[in-house]
Amino acid sequence: MKNNFTLRLLLTVFVFASGALAQSGGELRFVLHSEPKTFNPVLMEDDSSESIRYMTGGVLIRVNRQTQQPTPELAQSWKVSKDGRTISFELRPDLRFSDGTPFSADDVAFTMKQLMDPALHSPTGDMFRSSQGQMQVNVSSPTRVSITFSAPIADSVKSFDQVAIMSAKSPQKEMAVLGPFYVAEDKPGAYIILKRNPYYWKHDAQGRQLPYFNSVRLDILQSQDTEILRLVHGQIDFINSLSPDYYDKLEAENPALVHDAGVSLDSEFMWFNQVPGAPIPNYKKAWFASTNFRRAISEAINRPDMARIVFKGHAQPAVGVVSPANKFWFNSQLRPHPFDQKSALARLRQAGFVFQDGTLKDRDSHAVEFSIVTNANKNRERLATLIQQDLAGIGIKINVVTLDFPSLIDRMTNSYNYEACLLGFVNDDLDPNSEMNVWLSSSENHQWDPKQKTPATPWEAEIDKLMREQASTLDQNKRKKYYDKVQQIVWEQEPFIYLINHDALSAVSPTLQNVHPTILRPQVYWNIDELSLNQQLARNR
Amino acid sequence: MKWARILAIVFLVTVASASLLANFVAPASYAYQFREEPDASLSRHHLLGTDDLGRDRFSRLLYGTRVSLLLAPAASLLASLLGLLIGGLAGFAGGWIERLVMSATDLFLSLPWLFLLLTVRAVLPLNVSPLISVTITFALLGCLGWAGAARMICADARSIRESEFVLLARASGNGGLRLLWRHVLPNLRAIALAQFWISIPVFIITEANLGILGLGITEPLPSWGGLLRNLQSYTAITGEPVQFVPLILFVAVVGSFHLVLHDKELTV
Amino acid sequence: MIASLAKLALKLLLTLLLGGLLATTLVRFAPGFGMDEAQLDIRLSNQSIDALNHQPKENIAGFYYRYCQRLLHGDFGRSRTLERPVSELIRERLPETLKSVGLGLFLGWVLGLSLASIAVMARSASLDWLAGIFCGTLLCLPAAVLAIVFVIAQAPERLVLAAAVFPQIYHYARNLLMRSLNQPHVLTAWAKGMGSLRLLCWHVLRPAAPQLLAVAGVSASLAFTTAIPVEALCDLPGVGQLAWKAAMGRDLYLLVTLTVLVTAVTLIANSTCELLGNMLGARRA
Repeated sequence: MKNNFTLRLLLTVFVFASGALAQSGGELRFVLHSEPKTFNPVLMEDDSSESIRYMTGGVLIRVNRQTQQPTPELAQSWKVSKDGRTISFELRPDLRFSDGTPFSADDVAFTMKQLMDPALHSPTGDMFRSSQGQMQVNVSSPTRVSITFSAPIADSVKSFDQVAIMSAKSPQKEMAVLGPFYVAEDKPGAYIILKRNPYYWKHDAQGRQLPYFNSVRLDILQSQDTEILRLVHGQIDFINSLSPDYYDKLEAENPALVHDAGVSLDSEFMWFNQVPGAPIPNYKKAWFASTNFRRAISEAINRPDMARIVFKGHAQPAVGVVSPANKFWFNSQLRPHPFDQKSALARLRQAGFVFQDGTLKDRDSHAVEFSIVTNANKNRERLATLIQQDLAGIGIKINVVTLDFPSLIDRMTNSYNYEACLLGFVNDDLDPNSEMNVWLSSSENHQWDPKQKTPATPWEAEIDKLMREQASTLDQNKRKKYYDKVQQIVWEQEPFIYLINHDALSAVSPTLQNVHPTILRPQVYWNIDELSLNQQLARNR
Repeated sequence: MKWARILAIVFLVTVASASLLANFVAPASYAYQFREEPDASLSRHHLLGTDDLGRDRFSRLLYGTRVSLLLAPAASLLASLLGLLIGGLAGFAGGWIERLVMSATDLFLSLPWLFLLLTVRAVLPLNVSPLISVTITFALLGCLGWAGAARMICADARSIRESEFVLLARASGNGGLRLLWRHVLPNLRAIALAQFWISIPVFIITEANLGILGLGITEPLPSWGGLLRNLQSYTAITGEPVQFVPLILFVAVVGSFHLVLHDKELTV
Repeated sequence: MIASLAKLALKLLLTLLLGGLLATTLVRFAPGFGMDEAQLDIRLSNQSIDALNHQPKENIAGFYYRYCQRLLHGDFGRSRTLERPVSELIRERLPETLKSVGLGLFLGWVLGLSLASIAVMARSASLDWLAGIFCGTLLCLPAAVLAIVFVIAQAPERLVLAAAVFPQIYHYARNLLMRSLNQPHVLTAWAKGMGSLRLLCWHVLRPAAPQLLAVAGVSASLAFTTAIPVEALCDLPGVGQLAWKAAMGRDLYLLVTLTVLVTAVTLIANSTCELLGNMLGARRA
C-alpha cells in the first residue's frame, strides 16, 4: 500500500516535472525521403504524405503507439453496436480547425463520404469497404455521429487512426486541419514547413496549449548518408528509421544517439512464382508448386546468419506471417524453420530430386537453377547473396537480378515473367484484417498466384475460409483462433518464405525531450505534440 | 620519365598477370562467404580483410580486375573509334552531310538511353550468365558513348580539312578516302585519345550503377565498379582505409596506361 | 543572314520534334510503363488496383500529336508521379539546375583550362603526369562518393558537378593544347625567346580555339546529363532530380518535356559554339 502510494506520488511529480521542464518554442527538424504527392488526407498513399497527415490531421481515435491501444482524440468516447455494424461517436465540443472554422459532426460525415467515394480509390476507404453495399452516416447533433457499415467490420475502431477529418465548410478545404500543425510553406523538392495550429485542442497537465514546438521543418532528402551527416552536424533532430549499418556507426560515435525499440512488424521474405500461365518452363512451375520443394528451400536458408551479418544483430529469424512484436496476434506455438540442409535434402529426395556431384537435379535431369529478382535495396541484395551460398550447399544455382521498381512490379503483377522474388513487407497495422488482400486467393496482392477464380489448392481454400470467418466475427478470441490456424497453414505450406523481422532503429539528438521510440510508425515522433527541446540546448540554437 | 614508364610497365604486367592467374593467386574463392568474419580487418588469412558478407577482399579485387581490365578498355575503344569515324567522316565531308550528322549527334546526346538499357534487360533471359550480361552492358556503353567525341572530332576534322597540308595533299592527287585515312584521321588523335582515357573510368562506374537496373555484373562476380559502389556510403568512407584499395588500384592502372601508351605528339 | 537563321531555326525545330517522338517511343516501350508502386498497397481492393492498372495506354503517334497540340498552348501536360502540371515543376526547378550547371561549367572550365595550360606550358613531364593522375582520380570516383565527401566537408553540394565536369575538360583541353604546342613553328618561337603568356595566348590557345569551342558545346550537354545523377544523389531540387524521379516513375509527359528541353540546350550550345568556331576560323583565314 505504502509502496503503491509512493510510486503514484513519484509518477505525478515526474509528469509535472517533465511538463514544467518542457520548453515551448523552437523548430523541430527532420527529413522526409520523398516529396509528398498530395496534402489531401483522403488520397494519401505514399509514406511522405502519410507522415504529413499524421502531423496535421485530427482523427477521431488515435492508436497509442506505445500501448497499441485506441485512445480518444476528437471523439471523447465511442460505442460499437452488438452486431458490429455501427459505431457511434461522441465528439468533443467547441473545437476549431486551423483557420478558425468550427468543427462538428457534419465534418465527420463529409470526410467519410469523401473517403468512401469509389471513384477516388482511397486506400483508407478500401480498408472500410469490406463488402458490397453503402455506408451510412447519421448526424444526430453537432457532437454526435454514427457510421453504419453494410457488414460487421471486426476491430474497425483502430482503422479510424488513419482517417483525418476534413472541413466541410472551410474555404481552405483540405488545408484546414485539426492536428497539432498545419502546412505553412511548401518548397517542392526542397522542404516543407509546418506551423503550430493556434486552435489545437490539446493541453498539457499544466494547462499549456500543445504542441510545444512552434514549427516543424521537413527537408526532402533521398540519401540516408546526407541525413546521417545532418544529424551529426546538428542540422536535424532525429532520424525516424535507421539502417543497421548506420546504427552501429552512430553507436560507436555516441551511444546515446541511437535507439533500438526492438523487433518491428516488418519482414523480409521471398516467394516462388506459382502462376499457372507464367512464361517460365513447366518443369520449374512443377518445382515451385511442390510444398516439399518450398519447405526444403526454407530449411536450407540460414536465417540466423542473415540477422547477424546483414542486419548486424538488429533482427531475428522470422517465424511466419506475423512478427512476434504483434503480441496478441502472433501464434506463439510456431518457431522459425531451423537451418538444416540434411533435412532439406531429405525433403527434396521425397519430392523426386537427386543430389549428384554437387548439383541438384529433378526427375527429368534438369539441374535446379532459378533466378531471384529483387529491387535495388542494399540489404535485399545482401540477403539474396547469402541465399545464393546457402542453396549452393544443396546443389542449387541461384542468379540474383536486381531491377528498378517499375520493372519489378511489371514482372510481378503484369507479365509474371519471374521465378522467385525477394521483397519486404512494411506493416503498419496490427489487425489481420489489413492483410485480407494478401491471403484471399481472389485478390490481386495474393502475390504467388493472384486473382484466382477458385482457390488453386485445398490449403488456399482453407485460408480463404478462415480469413473470412475472422473478419466477420467480433469475438477477439475466436478471431485469434482462426488467424492462428492461418499462420499454421502458411508455416507448413510456405507460399511466402519468411526470412527476417528486423528491429525498429532510430537516432535522436540529445536536444530532444520526451522521446520514446516505438516499433509502430512513426517510431520517433508518434507523440509529436509532446516533444520539446532541452532548455539549455534550446538557448544555443 | 623513362624509369617511370618502366615501372608502369612492370606494374601493369604484374596486375594483369595476377588477375589472369587469379585462380592460382587468390587465397579464396571470390564468392565464398567466411560468415564468422564479416568486415574483418587485414590479417594473414585475409590480406585486405573481408567485406560485409565475409568475402575475401583481395580475391574479389583480383577477379574484379580481370573483368574490368578487359572489357572497359574494349568498350572505350569502340566508343572512341565510332566517334572518330562518324565525326571524322562528317567533318571531312562538310556541307549538308556534316550538318545532318551533327544534328543527329546532338539528338543522340539528348535522348534518354536509360530506357533502351531497361528494354535490353527485359528482353534478356533472367538466367543469363554474368559474363554475357556484363559483355552486353559494356558493348551497349561503347555503342552509346560516341556522340560527344564525334562532335568534337568533327570540329577538328573541319579545321584540318581546310589546313594547308591537306590542300597540298589534295593538289598532289590525293583524294577521298586516301586523304581521309592518311592525312585527316591520324591528326584527330588528340580528341580521340582524350575520349578513350575519359571513357574507361566513366564506363567502369556506369557499369556498376547499371547494376540497379539488372544489367552489369551480377552477384557474386565482382568488378571494379561494384567494388567502388561499396564506397558509396558514409560508413564506407569513414571506415577502414583498406576499402580504398580498389580505387587506388584503379587510379594506378589508368595512370600507368597513360604513361605507357604515350603519343609523341601529345607528350611534353 | 536571315535565310541562314531561318534554316537554323527550322533545323532546331525539326530536331526537337524528332527528339520528343523518339523519347516517347523509348519510354513507352520500356518495361514498367504504366506500373504504379501503389499497386502493391495491400489496403487497396481489386477494383482500385484495376483502376490504377488500366490507365489508357495511348498509341504513340496519337499521344505525341496531342502533346504537340497542347505544347502550342503552353500546356506541357501533367506529371503522373508528382500530380502537378509539368510546366509548374520545370519553372520551379530550372533555376536550381541552371545555378548548378552554370557554376559547374564555369568552375570546370576555369580549373580545367588553367590546369591544362599550366601542365602544357610548364614542359614538365612530372607535372603533366601528376595533373593527369589528379584528374584521373576524380574521374574514377563515383559521383555518390564525391557527394558524401562534400557533405562531410560541409562544402556546397553544387560543386560536385564541377568536380565531375572539370577532369573531362582537362583531358580534352590538355591534348588540344599539347598538339598546338608541339607544332614546329611554336617550338621555334619558344626557342627564339617568346614569352610563355604570349605563346600561350597567340600560338597555343588560338589555333585550338575552334576545337575548344566544340568541347565547350559538348560540355554544356555533358553538364546537363551529369546533373541528373548529381542532383539525385545530392538531393538538389533541380531538373536533374526531377528527370531521375520521372525515369523511375515512367512519367511520360515529364520525360518527353525534359528530353525536348535537354535537346534544345544541346542544339543551342553546340550551334552557338560552331558558329563562333567558324567565325574564328574565317578570321584566321
